[in-house]
Amino acid sequence: MAGVGDLLEGKRVCICAGSGGVGKTTSSAAIAAGMAARGKKVAVLTIDPAKRLADSLGLPELGNEERRVDPKLFAESGIEMEGGELWAMMLDAKATFDELVRRHAPDAETRERILSNRIYQQLSAALAGSQEYMAMEKLFELHAEDRYDLLVLDTPPSRNALDFLEAPRRLMQFIEGRALQVFMRPTGLGMKVFGRGTSMMFSVLRRLTGVEVLEDLSEFFQAFSGMVGGFRERAKRVNELLANPETCFLVVCAPQGEPITEAVYFHRKLVEAELPFGGVIVNKVHYESELPPYDDGLEGQLADALSDDDLARRAIENFDDYRALAARDQSNIKRLTAEMRARLVIQVPYLDADVHDLPGLMQMNEYLFAAGARERTAIAAEA
Amino acid sequence: MPDLLDKRLVIVTGKGGVGKSTVALAMGLAAAAEGRRTIVCEVSSQEHTSQVFNRAEVGFHEVEMAENLWAISIDPDQAMREYLLLQLRVRAMRDLLFRSRIFTYMAAATPGLRELVTIGKIWEVALPDRKVKKGREYDLVIVDAPATGHGIAFLQTPRTFANVARVGPIKAQAEALETFLVNHRKTGVAIVALPEEMPVNETASLEHTLTEDVGVSVDRVYMNALYPERFSKPETERLESASQNGNGALRAACRAAIRESRRAASQREQLARLTELVSAPVRTLPFVFKPEIGVDEIRELSGEIG
Repeated sequence: MAGVGDLLEGKRVCICAGSGGVGKTTSSAAIAAGMAARGKKVAVLTIDPAKRLADSLGLPELGNEERRVDPKLFAESGIEMEGGELWAMMLDAKATFDELVRRHAPDAETRERILSNRIYQQLSAALAGSQEYMAMEKLFELHAEDRYDLLVLDTPPSRNALDFLEAPRRLMQFIEGRALQVFMRPTGLGMKVFGRGTSMMFSVLRRLTGVEVLEDLSEFFQAFSGMVGGFRERAKRVNELLANPETCFLVVCAPQGEPITEAVYFHRKLVEAELPFGGVIVNKVHYESELPPYDDGLEGQLADALSDDDLARRAIENFDDYRALAARDQSNIKRLTAEMRARLVIQVPYLDADVHDLPGLMQMNEYLFAAGARERTAIAAEA
Repeated sequence: MPDLLDKRLVIVTGKGGVGKSTVALAMGLAAAAEGRRTIVCEVSSQEHTSQVFNRAEVGFHEVEMAENLWAISIDPDQAMREYLLLQLRVRAMRDLLFRSRIFTYMAAATPGLRELVTIGKIWEVALPDRKVKKGREYDLVIVDAPATGHGIAFLQTPRTFANVARVGPIKAQAEALETFLVNHRKTGVAIVALPEEMPVNETASLEHTLTEDVGVSVDRVYMNALYPERFSKPETERLESASQNGNGALRAACRAAIRESRRAASQREQLARLTELVSAPVRTLPFVFKPEIGVDEIRELSGEIG
């Protein structure tokens, strides 16, 4: 089994997916830095950068435009860039949505109507899947501009990694939905064009919500209806980019039962959807090689070596606790590996310190980019 | 100001993966043990509570899990249906809406509506005189809320709707929900954090947003999964020299101890940062050295939650 470097050779897009709190942002940054160190021009797109990491990369104010990480930082860490470049940007879902509206609105009037609609202003960020969709939208835009060898996308945090995959479909459902079509009629809520049932439905609804809400809503849907064509075409092309063989999905997870189950599920969904799945990164693993089995004599040996019975006993207690975690991690990863068949499963150990600078990222990369599982185990044993 | 568990509604939020569901359930068990009739509400159908108790999925029903402890998983579609049943007393009107496909599409497409009806249901569960027939009265309602970003949008939904709807019934209802959420005597928020850089930063900014922009009362911050300090500094140094002279399991045991003490120390730094950065009192919960966190482990944590 190979490392991330081999996996991403010749790829143009790398999408790091997974549920929240599993080190997705850090993994994305590490992969981007690692590929840049291999001579690629790389941009990493993140929704919520770790402030200290961004600061340490000299990017205190990350915005909706890419910024370059100073190559001096790589030089200071003793990393040869071989012509590579690392760029980073923070996704702003609302700004991207606004851009999209500007691009697809058929005329200036429609554009202004959408942008000034109160439901759009207040709630477009809450639209199901809009944050996820906007991340893909930005990815698509950058890909089309063709200024980078590789784009690494850190997907928005969500409870369920699937939210991300479903986003284009959900947003398209919204755009194409019957609700829009109802309001697409020029008369909008003009009841004459509808059957009796529908107009009665609206009158019930009006009693429930009040007239103004319904008018705002009607305007919101109507305004969007003019964008259906352009939007549909765009969503289709975004989906094509996701399915492109030059795209690679990496699932990031943690070694506890629940995140592993979710990673297994997500892998299945990717395969079902025929999306190019690359492998799984398991972060914060307690390596068994760090925690080998022992016999009854160990406590005595420790007591001798430390000349302290109490300290030896506590060291054994601690050792047992970590061995239990390592056993759990390994059994979970075994389950994951069985499910993945020949696919890549990369284990990154639970490092001693939080990763929040370039040397930290490169420490992660020793594992991410290692030639194989055996090498990773050896690095962990020597660390 | 009443203590957190003496409030009517407690919202548990925090960054993804910090253990919100575990803390919400531990809190529920703590309150139930004190004799409070308590319900834990899940809002993203993860069915955490029923899984921990090894029970069938609870769905949109209030199911008793342990003495004084109930659980419900609030599905927005069902919450919407129930809301309409309660609002529209005329059966023909309800049937008209339920049968209308346009209505179904519209309800699904209107941004924020799912969040609004979910909060509406939480509010209904917390009412002393329930709107649903034979509704049980609870002393405490605990919400296992969505993670940070979505959590803020979630809690802001009532105000947003109240602003959009200048007049009319929906405005009155959204305002009632909003009033309930920002009532500091009745509703409290607990944020869960982990002793790491990013979760600590995110907790600080989440507290700020919740207090300043949403206007809710953040009463407590839990620093979850804190390692014990098992080894003193001189002890670590002795372990260090023993690990250099030893090999095999002996070396590995010493190194595991050294790592533990390093992590415990870096976690203490994060704890100090958190305490410095947030205004609400910080409580710590220990790391659970068990392969999986089940009901026994959560019961143990509940002893330290109050």
